[in-house]
Amino acid sequence: MYNGWKIIIGLIIFVGLITAPFIFSGKKATAKPDPKVDTPEILKLPENERKCVEAKSYMKGEHMKLLNQWRDWVVRDGDTIYTNAEGKRYTISLQNTCMKCHSNKTKFCDECHNYAAVSPYCWDCHIAPKEKKS
Amino acid sequence: MSMDRKEFLKIAGISTILGIGGTSVVNSLRNLVEASQISPNPEALTGKRWGFVVDMSKFNTDEDYQRCIEACDKVHNVPHINNPKHEIKWIWKETYEHAFPGQGTEDKYLSEKIKHMPFLVLCNHCDNPPCVRVCPTKATFKRKDGIVMMDMHRCIGCRFCMAACPYGARSFNWRDPRPFIKEENENREFPTRTKGVVEKCTLCYERLAKGLKPACVEASKGGLIFGDLDDPNSEVRKVLSSHYSFRRKPELGTRPSVYYIF
Repeated sequence: MYNGWKIIIGLIIFVGLITAPFIFSGKKATAKPDPKVDTPEILKLPENERKCVEAKSYMKGEHMKLLNQWRDWVVRDGDTIYTNAEGKRYTISLQNTCMKCHSNKTKFCDECHNYAAVSPYCWDCHIAPKEKKS
Repeated sequence: MSMDRKEFLKIAGISTILGIGGTSVVNSLRNLVEASQISPNPEALTGKRWGFVVDMSKFNTDEDYQRCIEACDKVHNVPHINNPKHEIKWIWKETYEHAFPGQGTEDKYLSEKIKHMPFLVLCNHCDNPPCVRVCPTKATFKRKDGIVMMDMHRCIGCRFCMAACPYGARSFNWRDPRPFIKEENENREFPTRTKGVVEKCTLCYERLAKGLKPACVEASKGGLIFGDLDDPNSEVRKVLSSHYSFRRKPELGTRPSVYYIF
């Protein structure tokens, strides 16, 4: 191999540069999101009523679709009552229904949205609940 | 298995019929499920064509106007921006000359009182709204109950609707409105708007859905009368049948739903 040392040194520098972001960011950037549902509003509810509008698994994966449909139903069709799979009725409103329980926007919404690098523009208009800085 | 043409056609025909029948059953079931998911609030006020009558005889002092304007601004988080180029208006005071252009200058013997009287103006929720016709995204549209609605989610801020509206009822958010809403006036139940969208009076659709009358009507102490123009027994129709009324720029054919009486 001609100039073997130069090539090997070059390769080491190259590998170092490529892996640097992973090495230096450490656990911080890859820390798993941990959305919290322990707001005082939720804890106030009796144990058996601590349920979201739909099942947890559905909300986890499909809440954006549900919210999209909710907004069309309310704004465009004027239908404001949502009946879930269990037959329970809710007023369709992000600000007045969802966030009344999930009053911890930074811990509940932002946690995953930041991790997934999505920035929905809900809060440009909708007013987020006031949170105590802890 | 061998099959002659006759047999093949038989099977094909039967399976087609079954297929069509099957999908219609599935569809009707699906419609049932979907229909049970959403519904209007049973307490909501319903009508075919909401309208207002502005009884100008009830507006005598500045306070009479201000009451209505402030009620609206507070409920809808309307910002107070002093720069007239940036201001946001849902319901506001307008001079006779501007509200009814042509008439004030043409009719030089018109009573001085009327000529200098401010008129309370708002979106006319036209029956034939030009803003809806020009909106490229259907962000503004006419609801079944006659409300000319804004869907802020869809508005791209092109301002065609502002050019189309002959009443100047629409305002563009040139800047983020949030710093211009005082915290104590903020209604945390209703959203604000964002930079780059057009906004206007939405006839308190969110209050009608709860069975409440529009905020300005509630605050007006009888100066604003609200009801269904399509219903001959409604309050607005009763007032209209017993008074001479006029509208803003009726000659344009927009068929406004806001009437003025004295």
